[in-house]
Amino acid sequence: MMRLEKRPQASQGFAYATPLLAVAATFFFGGLLFAALGKDPVEAIATIFWQPLFGEFAFYYRPQLLVKGAPLVLIAVGLSLGFKAGIWNIGAEGQYIVGAICGAAVGLACYPAQSALIFPAMVLAGALGGWLWAMIPAVLKVRFGTNEILVSLMLVYVAEQLLASMSLGLLKNPEGYGFPGSRNLQQYPSAHNAELIAGTGMHWGVVAALIAVIFAYVLLARHRLGFAIRVTGEAPRAARFSGVRPVRLVLFCLGTSGALAGLAGLFEVAGPAGQISIDFNVGYGFTAIIVAFLGRLHPIGIVLAGLLMALTYIGGDIAQSQMGLPAAAIQVFQGMLLFFLLAFDLLTHFRLRLGRTEAV
Amino acid sequence: MTPLLSLEGLTKAYPGVVANDNVSLAINPGEVHALLGENGAGKSTLVKMIYGLVKPDSGTMRMHGAPFAPPEPRAARAAGVGMVFQHFSLFDALSVAENIALGMENAPKLRDLSRQIKAVSDTYGLPLAPDHLVGDLSAGERQRVEIIRCLLQEPKLLIMDEPTSVLTPQEVEILFKTLRKLSQEGTSILYISHKLEEIRALCDSATVLRLGQVVGTCIPRETSAGDMAEMMVGKVLSVPSRANPEFGAELLSVTRLSLPPLSAFGMPLRDISFTLRAGEILGIGGVAGNGQDELLSALSGERRTPPGAIALEGADIGALEPNQRRALGVLAAPEERLGHAAVPNMSLTENAMLTGATRMGLEKNGFLNWGAAQDFAREIITAFDVRTPSAQNAARALSGGNLQKFVIGREVLQDPKVLIVNQPTWGVDASAAAAIRQALLDLATGGAAVIVISQDLDELMEISDRFAALNEGRLSEPRPAEGLSVEEIGMMMGGAHGMEVAHV
Amino acid sequence: MDISVINPILLVAALMGAATPILLAATGELVVERAGVLNLGVEGMMIIGAICGFAVAVETGSPLTGFVAAAIGGAALSLVFAFLTQVTLANQVASGLALTLFGLGLSALLGQSYVGVKPPKFDDLDLGALGEIPVLGPILFSHDIVLYFALALVAAVWLVLRFTRFGLLLRAVGENHDAAHALGYKVVRLRVLAIMFGGACAGVGGAYISLVRVPQWTEGMTAGVGWIALALVVFASWKPWRVLLGAYLFGGITQLQLNLQGAGVAIPVEYLAMSPYLITILVLVILSADKSAAPASLGRSFHASN
Repeated sequence: MMRLEKRPQASQGFAYATPLLAVAATFFFGGLLFAALGKDPVEAIATIFWQPLFGEFAFYYRPQLLVKGAPLVLIAVGLSLGFKAGIWNIGAEGQYIVGAICGAAVGLACYPAQSALIFPAMVLAGALGGWLWAMIPAVLKVRFGTNEILVSLMLVYVAEQLLASMSLGLLKNPEGYGFPGSRNLQQYPSAHNAELIAGTGMHWGVVAALIAVIFAYVLLARHRLGFAIRVTGEAPRAARFSGVRPVRLVLFCLGTSGALAGLAGLFEVAGPAGQISIDFNVGYGFTAIIVAFLGRLHPIGIVLAGLLMALTYIGGDIAQSQMGLPAAAIQVFQGMLLFFLLAFDLLTHFRLRLGRTEAV
Repeated sequence: MTPLLSLEGLTKAYPGVVANDNVSLAINPGEVHALLGENGAGKSTLVKMIYGLVKPDSGTMRMHGAPFAPPEPRAARAAGVGMVFQHFSLFDALSVAENIALGMENAPKLRDLSRQIKAVSDTYGLPLAPDHLVGDLSAGERQRVEIIRCLLQEPKLLIMDEPTSVLTPQEVEILFKTLRKLSQEGTSILYISHKLEEIRALCDSATVLRLGQVVGTCIPRETSAGDMAEMMVGKVLSVPSRANPEFGAELLSVTRLSLPPLSAFGMPLRDISFTLRAGEILGIGGVAGNGQDELLSALSGERRTPPGAIALEGADIGALEPNQRRALGVLAAPEERLGHAAVPNMSLTENAMLTGATRMGLEKNGFLNWGAAQDFAREIITAFDVRTPSAQNAARALSGGNLQKFVIGREVLQDPKVLIVNQPTWGVDASAAAAIRQALLDLATGGAAVIVISQDLDELMEISDRFAALNEGRLSEPRPAEGLSVEEIGMMMGGAHGMEVAHV
Repeated sequence: MDISVINPILLVAALMGAATPILLAATGELVVERAGVLNLGVEGMMIIGAICGFAVAVETGSPLTGFVAAAIGGAALSLVFAFLTQVTLANQVASGLALTLFGLGLSALLGQSYVGVKPPKFDDLDLGALGEIPVLGPILFSHDIVLYFALALVAAVWLVLRFTRFGLLLRAVGENHDAAHALGYKVVRLRVLAIMFGGACAGVGGAYISLVRVPQWTEGMTAGVGWIALALVVFASWKPWRVLLGAYLFGGITQLQLNLQGAGVAIPVEYLAMSPYLITILVLVILSADKSAAPASLGRSFHASN
């Protein structure tokens, strides 16, 4: 018989090993899934994980890693602060959308003026938009005790409708022959989030993600606020006893994650996406939840997890075009990864024992 | 006479500790048998095996001479074993009758059950209203729910785990009457306690456990409390002492403090007033759940209080946050070690930071100095003899006594002006308890004012200068501890709760 | 615009239909939460139910078989959640989110070949003369059997929770799992059963969308109904009859905004489409003050460490 036994302390080794175990298990079961879809599992996995990095066209795909990874990391770092404290912002997708709308609106309002101040103003507006959108669940939570999970999630659907309304109305390109969608910001130099070094995929979003990672690392390891976040997540009563004000923490965690998600949205709309359109959001806000957990809510882990997740997006696209692997299969693959991670986490806090324990 | 229940060579080991090592004992029909031992001696594990919650690694149990190995509590109950838990296994949001139904194998319809409850509660003098929500009951009444739940099954053996720790002296008397009546009717009782005088007053025979082994048996009525204590602890403990207390100026004054309850089943604070001088220890007794946690939260700053209610050296501190109060020298150690006083999954270093950051200078401009925190943790570990491999170990990995020494040490070493502790020695072994009490006495001798909230009346009588009791969120007038009689203390604690129902 | 095209009788009749998916999912989740488990994967289980029900109904030609398959599909997915939270003791919030993300992906994968397919028609029950009664007839007696099943389910859940020993056990486990364990009850087994019941209900609710409400298959077609169902349980203070009330309230709002869209009201479609979500938030705000009814062990992991 198998039994579980709580470890006196969490195992450091397994804390590092579980993400790797989860990836391995996902490879295996993902392979089975691909086989069930009638694809060669080895080829599919190689296409997804090898081709973008070392394949013939790697020079094209490698920069994509940064382009797709930056928003994931940026959002996930923000989410991880809240998740650590038991504050669940799962509406990052909405904050991402609103950040993009606000940032783009500032840029579009300035069109066609040229100024070095426009892009910084857009960045500010993007962060502010995401922050404001996240402050709705935050304020409702501290003021009325409303569940932030449900409110932040509801606001995703509201934001999606807002996005549709904007791309069909207020922000629609007046010279777009009636097609939905805004002007393309890539063709507006003052507002364009261009590559900083050509051919690397490195844009301001990547820089922002790196800064956020360093900021989060220092905060969690060295600062009173980061300590308050960790204590609150582990033992809310002990946190209050030690002097943490839960209200401030809720406002900080939701606000920060919202602002970072808003930034990610702005960098995306002003760069790789280029315009506000109905299908602007592609689920980064939700995938970032997986990234945050896969990275064990640790800033460095999140960077690695973000890159891995970006890889599945890119490789998934390749597999879709070359092998006809459905896009949804990649979504399932990502979901599986989170399942295995949560399941294997057991080994960090518990010891598995086979048979009966002997007397010591 | 065939014993009702006999245990032979029971052994149960957990990783790193042998909870029961070759334990044997026998209980005769109608006998009140005491199981005596300190915290951690293995009493709970032993009764859990009898009740089918834990399976022994080896050894046998016999009931009426026949093999007895209940795979689950249901089987034990069917065999006639009833158990009243120390931490009640009750459901706050359910009614008394529903709670009792959950503990029965073939519960009748609720209406019939309510009638049975009334009948049993009349027979044994345990008044209880079947339709009340358990969450609204006092600790003593909650215990009655558990007892009646057992009695309805007409048990042959009733296990009582530390039953008096939640009762006032008057309620203890009522409980003892019930238990004696049961024993006369032929029910055996296995009575677990570490309170020697109770055992001498109630029990026919006693088995003493120490570190999982049986170290002796005795007839309590013929054995002195001192001898039993020595058997239980293994050595003679020094009684904490201090030189003649001298009181200084008034440090803390609480005036008409009232606070609403935090939750549906919480307790409000009602009009609490007292003052405390430097060098004085105020002992606050009372049955658990009468406002102890709430009082500590109000004093520590976890909950803010109305203006004018709490003053330190004349200055109002009711609006200050915990860390602002710490800066002024008001420190506290809550009852619940894991999750309130300390974070279970964090290291001792991090737990030292938890309350020490302000006063020990462990932070600067919001940035934390982990090196200094580790030094502070090590200082606590050394000064209070905390047994742990290192300051990097998680709080959860420490035994209750060691963690409690750490928690008390953390506050004492910060040189408080006023220290408030709740249940400082709960679940702690005797030598650690003695060390903690001595530390509190030394602190007072050094000129600090100390409030000790506890349910252990012996402890309070031993170290307090003045004594008061919490009852339903009200604090009785503090009185000099010396010369207080048990009856007086009992009346301050509210006498026998809920007994008025009996006279209807 | 022309408000008069909105027929109040048809509106009330239609809102019962609009309410049914939410009602089914919320009733299931209510049982899960009363057992002390918070399953945020309702949306994922609904969408899996939607595709399972749709696919099986199309393949067999029988909508009822589809609904049974939807229940099985939802329950099967909920078993993954049960395994994660009850066996490997994973965080319930994270596991529920994972379930939703996974369910959305898996349903899209399963549903690829069903886009644009028409499901078999699901007829309303023929209640004979009852349907002929003016006003009441079209409102009460002109629906399909699953709608009546949902109503019966609410009543059954209320009866079981309130009057049976099994219901008492379920509430006890949700209130204090340690005490229930100490009394010898199988906390994990009961919770797994509750979780599967919740999954089956969510599955049927999802299939009601794809087979009756829409009726066709599109990716992500549950569009947050699962989350609204979760909010509804809070709204209902964990009481079955209040779930019914809440579901009809939301059903009414959804139906009204659809009718207003149809009537060509001057409000842009996007803002009308936002309204159910905004009203959910509003209701949550109004009702969040009273948390006392929440099961005390809600969301906490249970491990019998002796």
